[in-house]
Amino acid sequence: MLTAEEKSSVTALFGKVKVDEVGGEALGRLLVVYPWTQRFFEHFGDLSTADAVMGNPQVKAHGKKVLESFSEGLKHLDDLKGAFAKLSELHCDKLHVDPENFRLLGNVLVVVLARRFGGEFTPELQASFQKVVTGVANALAHRYH
Amino acid sequence: MSLTRAERTIIVSMWSKISTQTDAIGTETLERLFSCYPQAKTYFPHFDLHAGSAQLRAHGSKVVAAVGDAVKSIDNVASALSKLSELHAYVLRVDPVNFKFLSHCLLVTLASHFPADFTADAHAAWDKFLSIVSSVLTEKYR
Repeated sequence: MLTAEEKSSVTALFGKVKVDEVGGEALGRLLVVYPWTQRFFEHFGDLSTADAVMGNPQVKAHGKKVLESFSEGLKHLDDLKGAFAKLSELHCDKLHVDPENFRLLGNVLVVVLARRFGGEFTPELQASFQKVVTGVANALAHRYH
Repeated sequence: MSLTRAERTIIVSMWSKISTQTDAIGTETLERLFSCYPQAKTYFPHFDLHAGSAQLRAHGSKVVAAVGDAVKSIDNVASALSKLSELHAYVLRVDPVNFKFLSHCLLVTLASHFPADFTADAHAAWDKFLSIVSSVLTEKYR
């Protein structure tokens, strides 16, 4: 899926990512831009405005958790399905999350990376990341039944 | 789906910054589209799509100018883009999925050029607006 060069450029950029901040921003933006995704987080408290969402401590904490998991996945780019098997079962059986949400979050993450890295986030680097987020989304959907 | 007054304000105000860089934004958006979604190139067999190509630049400008037309008539996007809508339905017939890809690449380009302005609210407003533009451009498809 990814060439050795792509893997190394993705890993290099991601090494500079502040996982707690970027995770919170990505999850927050998902909830703001696609408000129907809030259906999974009704227990998170105030999500009534963009400011409330972006400042919400539970959103930040959960965003950090999600991105840490994504980072872990980056170490297994050759076997994303294996790496995310347990999480896939969890999202299907316990969390009941439509896999379309993984695709939405992946694209939001790409936007956040572009915002934070500017010109460094070239079209080629974006293309590599799009493959990664698609791979992760597919891996998370793989065990659905 | 229609824009709130707040969303319209955000879009119009960001547009005043975007309009000073339409060439760069247009070119980069298309470069991102063709890098990330190479299948989009199938609509341009007659173009030189290499980085720096004059055709890429010209077409990118055209696309961003059309978005600008929609911004200027933000209260009636359907009327502003009526001719373009017919063009896409009867002549170009670009599969609707590609509007999502192009919109995403434009959002990425905006986020990269305007990091401070591209707040969560702005992101939401632009995503919604581009979704409306895409709907208008595909509404005569069948």
